[in-house]
Amino acid sequence: MNAKTADRIATATIIGVASLIVLILAGLLGFILFRGVSHISFDFLTSVPQTIKAGGGIGPQLFNSLFLLLLTLIITIPLGLGAGIYMSEYAKPGRLTDSIRLVVEVLSSFPSIVVGLFGLLVIVNLFGFGFSLFSGALALTVFNLPLMVRITEQSLKGVPREQKEASLALGLSRWKTITSVMLPIATPTIVTGTILAAGRVFGEAAALLFTAGMSSPRLDFSNWNPLSPTSPLNPFRPAETLAVHIWKINSEGLAPDAAEIAAGASAVLVITVLLFNFSARWFGRYLHRRFTATK
Amino acid sequence: MHQEGLSAKNLRVFYGEKEAIKGVSLDFAPREVTALIGPSGCGKSTFLRSLNRMNDTIDGVRTTGEIWMDGENINDPGVDVVLLRQKIGMVWQRPNPFHKSIYENIAFGPRYHGVRNKKELDAIVEDCLRKAALWDETKDRLHQSALALSGGQQQRLCIARSIAVKPKVILMDEPASALDPVSTAKVEELISELKQEYSIVIVTHNMHQAARVSDKTAFFYMGKVVEYDVTDKIFTNPSEKATDDYISGRFG
Repeated sequence: MNAKTADRIATATIIGVASLIVLILAGLLGFILFRGVSHISFDFLTSVPQTIKAGGGIGPQLFNSLFLLLLTLIITIPLGLGAGIYMSEYAKPGRLTDSIRLVVEVLSSFPSIVVGLFGLLVIVNLFGFGFSLFSGALALTVFNLPLMVRITEQSLKGVPREQKEASLALGLSRWKTITSVMLPIATPTIVTGTILAAGRVFGEAAALLFTAGMSSPRLDFSNWNPLSPTSPLNPFRPAETLAVHIWKINSEGLAPDAAEIAAGASAVLVITVLLFNFSARWFGRYLHRRFTATK
Repeated sequence: MHQEGLSAKNLRVFYGEKEAIKGVSLDFAPREVTALIGPSGCGKSTFLRSLNRMNDTIDGVRTTGEIWMDGENINDPGVDVVLLRQKIGMVWQRPNPFHKSIYENIAFGPRYHGVRNKKELDAIVEDCLRKAALWDETKDRLHQSALALSGGQQQRLCIARSIAVKPKVILMDEPASALDPVSTAKVEELISELKQEYSIVIVTHNMHQAARVSDKTAFFYMGKVVEYDVTDKIFTNPSEKATDDYISGRFG
């Protein structure tokens, strides 16, 4: 076999594998959307679920998912930024830094069900936070924080060395250099990475079964006092998220239209994650233009 | 040790175990341009970067010896590097303006060092851009991105930025090697202008440039200074054979 034939076979194989992946992905996406989209309506997105009657919605679950994501980001963004800046700019290479990096990577690849059980034993029971949004947010932090640290560290490492040196050479402190010169350049990457990581948090179910719980109390959406138990904003109430709801309704749903609701909810979940992805790209590019003042 | 200007005494720089600068002593007089020449890897850039302790930011680099400026050994661990770097400006091989507007590139340093008044800042920006012969080209678009400027303009902006914090010395690491001939000529002209106020240390690979712009020239080879003298002498009648071989193009 001569080199040309070998090259052709290799090219054909690679194209074949690539198209197979695209096909599988498109099929999967198409199937979920095809089954679910017809069920999505404004009423479906806003009304409360029904236990035994048909016609229930996913309103509280959708709200819970978004609110839980927000709580998780409130916890992980400051911690992740701080740790990422430390790892990139302050930590001297050595055994300590290497072991921190190892821990961070191990943490991010932890099986989520194990994190859920850990959350049940420690956060829910030992610390007594109960099944609550707060417990769920802490469990999700376990996955999200390592990603945030890595995103921040790598985006700061990606800032051209000369930019940093130019600032230091003007007699600016290291902190000022980081905040005024490096972070503006790194921010688009950090934001994009954060939104992409948020997609994973949004779809997480296993870690939340035992931490945020599988039920929502009756929520009063006109009550915005975060301390009231019926307020949607109360972080210490149990909260069933969209992904958990799909799992529950599929395994033990009693409503006659349970299958349609699961399909509709799955479509909503997938569409939301897709929206995250697209908005991440768009927003990243927008910030890049803003911060670098390029047209 | 009372002397104006900057002087290095027995400076040694190590990358891990490897000694890159092997005991260099050089004096840089105020209002003079000193060129550092030598083959690639001879340590001239490393030496330049140790003068404002920029090598501190690289892990595994150790510097011994003394660098005197204003009666102070700035290589002392107790010295405030941040303050020191304000007095010693730097310009890099590739133009590296901040990803900010032209105005901000200049105003950024002075504002950090305490100039808050808008009028004063405006004056500094104009003054620095004029000194860098960039004012006429940029006065109508001060608030546009510095990245939209041409390479040569960016490099002059970087020089303007470095003088905005009123340094005494400006270190230049091959400031024109990434530029076209016209921009190079402008930068060289600028260097001759600036030496009326600052002492300038310039690393260059371009022998003609060294001959054109500098008052004194130091020839580096293998981490040591082989010869340091008035530029004319180095280029017409060097004392060392190695210098002669290098400037006449027999190696390097």
